[in-house]
Amino acid sequence: MDAVAGEGVNIAYDARGLVELDGSVPKIAEIDGDRAVIEARDLSTRKINSELRWLLYEEGIKDVRILNPSARHSLGVGILKRCRITFEGSLGYFGCGLIDGPEIQINGRVGWSVAENMMSGVVVIESNAGSLAGAALRGGDLVVKGQVGARTGIDQKGGTIVVLGDAGSMTGFMMQRGRQIICGDVGPGLGDSMYDGTLYVGGKVAALGIDCVEGEWTDADTEFVERKFRIYGLGSPPELQKFVCGKKLYNYDSLEPSERKLVL
Amino acid sequence: MCGIAGIIYRDGGGQHEVGRDMTRMLQAMKHRGPDSTGYALYRPEADGYVMHVKLAEANGHQGFDREEMLSRSRREIESHVRAVGATILGLDTSRDHAMTVTFNHDGDLKELADYVEDVRGAEVLSLGRSLEIIKDLGDAETVAADYGLDAFIGTHAIGHARMATESDVDIANAHPYWAYPFPDVAVVHNGQLTNYFQWKRRLERAGHRFQSECDSEIIAVYLAERMAQGDSLEDSMRRSLEELDGVFTYICVTDHALGVAKDELGAKPLVLYESDDIVALASEEIAIRKVVDREIETYDPYEGAVMVWTR
Repeated sequence: MDAVAGEGVNIAYDARGLVELDGSVPKIAEIDGDRAVIEARDLSTRKINSELRWLLYEEGIKDVRILNPSARHSLGVGILKRCRITFEGSLGYFGCGLIDGPEIQINGRVGWSVAENMMSGVVVIESNAGSLAGAALRGGDLVVKGQVGARTGIDQKGGTIVVLGDAGSMTGFMMQRGRQIICGDVGPGLGDSMYDGTLYVGGKVAALGIDCVEGEWTDADTEFVERKFRIYGLGSPPELQKFVCGKKLYNYDSLEPSERKLVL
Repeated sequence: MCGIAGIIYRDGGGQHEVGRDMTRMLQAMKHRGPDSTGYALYRPEADGYVMHVKLAEANGHQGFDREEMLSRSRREIESHVRAVGATILGLDTSRDHAMTVTFNHDGDLKELADYVEDVRGAEVLSLGRSLEIIKDLGDAETVAADYGLDAFIGTHAIGHARMATESDVDIANAHPYWAYPFPDVAVVHNGQLTNYFQWKRRLERAGHRFQSECDSEIIAVYLAERMAQGDSLEDSMRRSLEELDGVFTYICVTDHALGVAKDELGAKPLVLYESDDIVALASEEIAIRKVVDREIETYDPYEGAVMVWTR
């Protein structure tokens, strides 16, 4: 087993009986009161995440800065606590997925599937994001100050996605709830097969997707967009067009399982 | 899945450790495809042609007479190259199931490649004045160590870490593909082509040969066919978006240019970093960061994108 794991590596088993390669926490963060800084350059993905969880859950730290994330995948996932996390650099795929509560600032770029399935919280990205940003988003705000790739907010079920740059094809594909504000141009297939929710677009729309139609602008829309721009200090919003589901393909109700129980 | 990567240095000097850089990029994406690793590396143009020939599959016939068969193949390939009138400048027979021939030749390269491939089990992996394709089973560090790629000095390169989905795990189905019989053109691809058989039949009727069952080989031969008819690399690539169906991101290289194309759904990933002295692109940013070790501004090109850079 040593030959597989390498020298000096302890093998432990997790609660499921699966091998957990060296599950020890590095505990190298510089802690100052309720703030901490992790130098991640020489840590593996697993070590960075276990260090982060140790700080937030066991040490009661409220504000963590992570230096040199170096575009690694799956950083900052599964954090279910109110806290503030700052990544000083780019993340790879699946960054900050499955979170509930944190306010995350990313001073760099992210790869595919950032903030996937976020329940609540805030993720602000200073640069560009890859495809599938905010996939299956349930709540919270995802703000991308650069451009995003294709299929932004695919299967979105709540929350808000704000993009200051352009977006690729199939933006809002199959979205069911929530809102997206795209300030730049969007690619073909905007809102394809969407069930519900609202898409605001500032730039040109290459082509609308199936059953996506232009919506009627109301004061509530103005209030909503201005509030989001104010919260994140994004200046004054551009002139936006609103798109919603045409409900031609609409054969479903919009209730969550728990709500459906109440109705029935 | 598969991971693809490309790097081109734009200062035109050609004195870069491109083999080492590409190994780092591909090793960082090992999780995208551990089955085989391939490189198309370009060195500054030399006097003669360099031809890489696969003698047999790495995991093929393992009988008692394997050594004898391989050395017979080596002798036959050498005599076939001489027979078409080429002057052999150098032979590298140090590797188990592959060999490299350097030669001068004024005649038809297709004729030479065809005659070499008449040798049982032989496949010309690449042929060109500056192109060298190296592909074998294993991850990037394994292949680079076997073929001494860390010492490769050159101008630009593409690479591929393969997760076999549509065809076998062997060298014939590994990327990159040389655009037989056109010298110095190669392709790596991440995706699936759905009108593969249509194009294979069409191109076979036009006289092209296919060495593998892999859909990606179509792209190399398709582009080479277009370029042979006078289209530029960029025009050929734009046309391929119309004529090839499926999901794909592919990178095509020639002796002086590197181009990338994405299908109209943008379904396969690509991250791009452009600066004045280097262009690096890969399926994941983590690969680019292995050669540009600082925070950089990168982005994902959109669906239908075709981009070409020259060195």
